[in-house]
Amino acid sequence: MEILKIQQIEKYYGSKSSLTKAIDDISFTVNKGEFVAIMGASGSGKTTLLNCISTIDRVTSGHIYLENTDITTLKGKQLNKFRREKLGFIFQDFNLLDTLTAYENIALSLSIQKVSPAEIDKSVKNVAKQLDIIGVLQKYPYQMSGGQKQRVASARAIVTNPKLILADEPTGALDSKAAKMLLERFNYLNHQHEATIMMVTHDSFTASYSSRVLFIKDGKVFHEISRGDDNRKQFFDKIIDVVTLLGGDVNDAL
Amino acid sequence: MLFKLSLSNIRKSFRDYAIYFFTLIIGVSVFYVFNAIGEQTAFLQVSQNTSDIIDLLKNMLNGISAFVSVVLGLLIVYASRFLMKRRNKEFALYLILGMGKGKISAILLIETIIIGLGSLGVGLLIGIGLSQLMSTLVANLFEADMTEYTFMVSSDAIIKTAIYFGIMYLVVMFFNSFMISKCKLINLLQSGKKSEKLKLKNPVLCVIIFIISACALGYAYYIAGWKTGNMSTEKLVKLIATGAVSTFLIFWSVSGMMLRVIMSMKKTYYKGLNSFTFRQISSKVNTTVASMTVICLMLFVTICTLSSAFSIRNSMNANLKEMCPADFELEYAESHDDELQYVDFIEKAHEYNYNFEEDFSEYVHFREYKDDNFTFADALGSHLEEMQQKYMYMDYESREDIVKLSDYNAISRLYGRKEITLNENEFALMCNFKSIKAIRDETLKTDKEITIFGHTLTTKYDECQDGFIDISSQHINSGFYVVPDSVVDENYAKKDYLIGNYNAGTKEEKQVIEDKINNKYRDFIKDYTSSQNDHNTHYMYVINTKIDIAEATIGLGAMVTFIGLYIGLIFLISCAAILALKQLSESVDSISRYEMLRKIGAEESDISKSLFRQTGIFFLLPLLLACVHSVFGMKFATFILEAFGTEKLAESIGFTSIMILLIYGGYFLITYLSSKSIIKSHKQ
Repeated sequence: MEILKIQQIEKYYGSKSSLTKAIDDISFTVNKGEFVAIMGASGSGKTTLLNCISTIDRVTSGHIYLENTDITTLKGKQLNKFRREKLGFIFQDFNLLDTLTAYENIALSLSIQKVSPAEIDKSVKNVAKQLDIIGVLQKYPYQMSGGQKQRVASARAIVTNPKLILADEPTGALDSKAAKMLLERFNYLNHQHEATIMMVTHDSFTASYSSRVLFIKDGKVFHEISRGDDNRKQFFDKIIDVVTLLGGDVNDAL
Repeated sequence: MLFKLSLSNIRKSFRDYAIYFFTLIIGVSVFYVFNAIGEQTAFLQVSQNTSDIIDLLKNMLNGISAFVSVVLGLLIVYASRFLMKRRNKEFALYLILGMGKGKISAILLIETIIIGLGSLGVGLLIGIGLSQLMSTLVANLFEADMTEYTFMVSSDAIIKTAIYFGIMYLVVMFFNSFMISKCKLINLLQSGKKSEKLKLKNPVLCVIIFIISACALGYAYYIAGWKTGNMSTEKLVKLIATGAVSTFLIFWSVSGMMLRVIMSMKKTYYKGLNSFTFRQISSKVNTTVASMTVICLMLFVTICTLSSAFSIRNSMNANLKEMCPADFELEYAESHDDELQYVDFIEKAHEYNYNFEEDFSEYVHFREYKDDNFTFADALGSHLEEMQQKYMYMDYESREDIVKLSDYNAISRLYGRKEITLNENEFALMCNFKSIKAIRDETLKTDKEITIFGHTLTTKYDECQDGFIDISSQHINSGFYVVPDSVVDENYAKKDYLIGNYNAGTKEEKQVIEDKINNKYRDFIKDYTSSQNDHNTHYMYVINTKIDIAEATIGLGAMVTFIGLYIGLIFLISCAAILALKQLSESVDSISRYEMLRKIGAEESDISKSLFRQTGIFFLLPLLLACVHSVFGMKFATFILEAFGTEKLAESIGFTSIMILLIYGGYFLITYLSSKSIIKSHKQ
């Protein structure tokens, strides 16, 4: 069942005289329970694509449907409600509120949905168990490691049971051990809870945890590979092959 | 090049500078307005008395200006240092690009000059405009004629303002250069990365400290409010110190407890953005306990100064109508060999062909008596000791004043006040000086009988009656006895009194008679004393006239109003400016947090509400404690103000509240709105 449908979207920056096509006619669909990675070099348009899907940015033309709602037509309060209820965000730099504890950070995304305190408590503890962060719930961001912070951020993103989880370079600021641990948690959420995850990365290792990888270059979908029945290692090799094919463009990818 | 850079810097960080600039402009214009009062009043047609008072006012305002410039100087240095800190990254960039520290100082120098000249120019323009309004206020306060009014610019005040603020800006430049020369590149670069530690304070310690400081404050309140009688300077200083320290500790402990309390109310805490809002507030209060304390105390001083100043003026003007119902009062006594001897002044004047009574449309001529065996101490009876403890320096051996019933009633008729009736064996005690009246009332309750001139009299009333003989602008009758005519022994008449109204209708005609009677009186005293060559005879005379009293009252009232307004305004804008700067910089620091909230889908209206609450509570906290302080501070002040009358206190407090609401509230609103635009403008 398809949950996200992207239809010929374009995003232009600048004026007529110096036009930059950040996204140049991209179309694809994401099914429920899929774990999609989007790869591309810096400036390829992958973050712009994510911003358009997350409604932080607006497309110049085309349509984006999430569960048959065209989100490019949403405005103001509808937009906030949509973001609040349907989407979960995970950022490279965690974006936790430094004045709140981990518990409060996770609770905040529920409390702005006007969930009752008793339910908040239950949900927060539940999600904390899944992401293995029970021990840091009462700590402030500055008291946590990068991996812990990212797992708290992830907890905040999924605690509302969003239809789609959007992750922007989630392992970008983590060491390899923390990155691995986070990605395993993503896999767990993806498999056990059928969470739909869309992740932007330029790291092949990170991408190898997904079930499908879209390669983007100069604002276009350049290539697409599915994992199928491969194990992670095999899938990783396939990704590397494509990256090599892309040549020096993604030479920073492992 | 540097100039261009400075100019674009100011333009770029205008949001940060707006409140600073705004405050400087207000500071300059207030400074100008009060220093221009001298020249603004030059056109007023006032009497000699009033112009003396205006001279005194000018001198006092000069002195206060020096104090005000210190306060403003500190504020400016604080604000500019604060704004400098915000630009560490920018300075770091300059240094990395290879610009010398000297050049950076030069940039700052140019910026300060631009801002200084700008604020001075705009401030003076506004000041000149405002001072025209001030002229109306001055004329109104001195009840002067302002028909010859013209638009006026005081060059002296402009020069003075320019010099004072020039010095302040120089100090700022010096501070800036000093800070730049001291700073290290690595610190500048890393200044953005705050490792903010948000440790909750130990709640038990907070509660203990809160209880201790609340008790200390309560004790200070009690002493200030109820034990005012025997207050020494040393005690007062201790009291103020206790109050200041307690204020600091209360803010310290409340900032720790507030969050705990709200966190425990889970329903409230986990509702909408509340958890975020309260965390923001508590972290802000936590880091600004010291400035909160200073602001709270300054607000306290402002409230008390303004209320007292308005109260003095309003009460005195109101009392003038009530307490000064006749145009003229003469009190005359002679003493021979240190013993008072009665002389009928009017009769004596007739001998020298002076007819004083012809200038009066109506008058009362009467005598005041004293009984050698009836002193203040006798009157107090069993309450003497209590009184002596409270007021050490009063003359308890002085003889009490005694007035005949028929004379008192004649005065009452002249004054348009209530007459009294007494039986043959009764007396009435008249007194309106509050603190003495309280003691005398106590006395009347227990010691109902007195002996005057061998007659035993019983008090008709259980307490002192509101009455007076001397015209004045205040409630200062400390007590005299009214007795039946038959009781009085004419041999003990001591003073001669004449109280009357001039035979004139308009103000001008009254002034003419007043001048005439003054001259006549002086001539008579000269004639009379030169005819008596007795070295042991002394003359004592007191002349009170309504015109004199009114001028002194109005003058004093106006002076107090100006000084109160001046200090109050400067303090108020200083407090509000500090709060505003802190809140604005906090908003700049929190931009990413608000971005975050938007990303997780918080409603714009909820974010605005959260910001409003944060700003509101931040502004309200010091004001709230200052108000509590002021309740007791004003109780203390009313004790001191008693002589001036405290009838119009409520009105004055109302007026003060309006002023605070306007200025403080104005700052609050500007701060809220600019914070809102700060956090909004970074929207992607």
